[in-house]
Amino acid sequence: MKKTMFDKIWHQHVITGEPGEPQLIYVDLQLLHEVTSPQAFEGLREKNRQVRRPDRNFATMDHNVPTVDIFNIKDLISKKQIETLAKNTKDFGIRLAGMGSKDQGIVHVIGPQLGLTQPGMVIVCGDSHTATHGAFGSIAFGIGTSEVEHVLATQTIWQTKPKTIGIHVHGKLSKGVYAKDIIMGIIAREGVSFGTGYAVEFYGDTIRNMNMEERMTLCNMVIEGGAKMGSIQPDQTTFDYIADRKYAPGNMEKAVSYWKQFYTDSPDAFDKVIDFSVNELAPFVSWGTNPGMAVPIDQPFPKIKNEEDKKAYEYVGLKAGEKANQIPIKFVFFGSCTNGRLSDLIIAAKVLKNKHIKNGITALVVPGSRKIKEKAEKIGLDKIFKEAGCEWREPGCSACLGMNPDRVPAGIHCASTSNRNFAGRQGAGSRTHLASPAMVAAAAIHGRFIDIRKEII
Amino acid sequence: MKKITTINSGVIPLMRDNIDTDQIIPKQFLKNILKSGYGRNLFYDWRYKATSKEANPDFILNKPEYKQAQILVTGENFGCGSSREHAVWALKDYGFQVVIAGSYSDIFYMNSTKNGLLAIELPKKDRTILASIPAKEKIIVDLPRQQVRYEKYQFDFSINPLWKHKFINGLDDIAITMNYAKKIEAYEKEIPNFN
Repeated sequence: MKKTMFDKIWHQHVITGEPGEPQLIYVDLQLLHEVTSPQAFEGLREKNRQVRRPDRNFATMDHNVPTVDIFNIKDLISKKQIETLAKNTKDFGIRLAGMGSKDQGIVHVIGPQLGLTQPGMVIVCGDSHTATHGAFGSIAFGIGTSEVEHVLATQTIWQTKPKTIGIHVHGKLSKGVYAKDIIMGIIAREGVSFGTGYAVEFYGDTIRNMNMEERMTLCNMVIEGGAKMGSIQPDQTTFDYIADRKYAPGNMEKAVSYWKQFYTDSPDAFDKVIDFSVNELAPFVSWGTNPGMAVPIDQPFPKIKNEEDKKAYEYVGLKAGEKANQIPIKFVFFGSCTNGRLSDLIIAAKVLKNKHIKNGITALVVPGSRKIKEKAEKIGLDKIFKEAGCEWREPGCSACLGMNPDRVPAGIHCASTSNRNFAGRQGAGSRTHLASPAMVAAAAIHGRFIDIRKEII
Repeated sequence: MKKITTINSGVIPLMRDNIDTDQIIPKQFLKNILKSGYGRNLFYDWRYKATSKEANPDFILNKPEYKQAQILVTGENFGCGSSREHAVWALKDYGFQVVIAGSYSDIFYMNSTKNGLLAIELPKKDRTILASIPAKEKIIVDLPRQQVRYEKYQFDFSINPLWKHKFINGLDDIAITMNYAKKIEAYEKEIPNFN
């Protein structure tokens, strides 16, 4: 029988249980952060349980961390969560990229960056954007805190095997159109729950031609379409990315020959196939309060079809029939596990070079990790951003979800490279418009979104 | 986990689709290292007025006749977005025992099974009937028989037998898994080493 890559990895990890029922799956790697782990460690202590494999867990601090003056956390509860993770990892012998550590960063940025994320693995984390790691040909998904505790105690997790969707992405992207636009385009067309109950695999010539950072952007946002996992077959691009990283295999040759078994035999093996051509794809901008409420830059916002649309328009203060170039942008955010990597910053900096953001706009640049920040500074990106009028910050999740002090004020429209435009996501009353780093950079200059295919690139 | 078998309670209708976990419990309330105390901030942005932070009298949770209800009836794709288990803790802490939706996000559903929040799927026509029941009326959610009953109506729902067994017996997942320790150990010996 023909198998998907997902079937092969899943099958290798089953400890017990029958297909169709919840099965006990081995977890190769768990990533931890300060917000969704404290109750899990507390649960272990209450029952006097140990961490089964401290060596298969890795922690960092990202959701809460300030992006200015990182050691001066004014919010006492944030401080408490950060101190609690430091204590928990010390007590249970788990590696930690703590505050100020050179390896610190957004959990989904540092996993790949450190070479922890590898093909054929099952990877979990108490964060829905764990799907990101699937870009390496792994099964990676977000879990809740009870599951975090379960993985700490047993290094396994109970899961019912999802069905699979293959998304065939083919064609050549126009200049000014990026991986972010592909995933936003797919979700806008297929809806925010098309992937519920499914594991997604992206394949096709467009995917083959993508670098790892683009692949991560694509897999990262698959959760916004309801699928908790998105993956891509590992290839030479994947292997080259992993080689020489801190926790890469010592014997890469042996590893690569093992990893090459992970591929989908034929698209027939998927339960469902979606076809997505990118030849005519335009840059996308979200207008509403979920990531499916998005339009190509040259198209008007849709008519009101239901109560949800009506509420969304009321919340964002926009009208059906208007276009993205009419949104008055007053805040700009570059960063997040979706688009906070070095290549994203390079693309944004290219647009901003020798230009200035529009008067009255606040623009935050928050690199995805300390390492990215260092590399960006080495090639002078910080200077370009600062000269353009942006604030160059310390790494973390920042204004993607505003758990630290970086928030978008009520009623303000923010052009954001992040992943969610839910009501209140970036701050109470904030109005988020998701787009690619290049689109956001252009919006910072003009104070509104423009069609970068025509005017800049 | 507390046992759940049969629940006899009023219903709170909140018939919107795609209610995400940011709406169920906004991020400012995730800064806690405990599992309790989230109920007062459940549906915070809908439940309290934006400026004064007083209870919004128009929101259904604030209406006195719905105060005792333990069953939430809602739309499609409930609990989408962030994986925060705090969403389930908030619903439980508020007093909900059961949610009846058209569908759930996968992560929210798994979280509900860990905390004794019974998440039932019913089609829209059944939920529309349940949502229109007067506040003072009660319905029966019968987990052993996998039925929701109200007067002449009887809606059957499906649930995985393993989750059902866990709910009815209030079992702890980790204790169940510990029974497979030998198998886990055997598996670990077979993991390839590339060093």
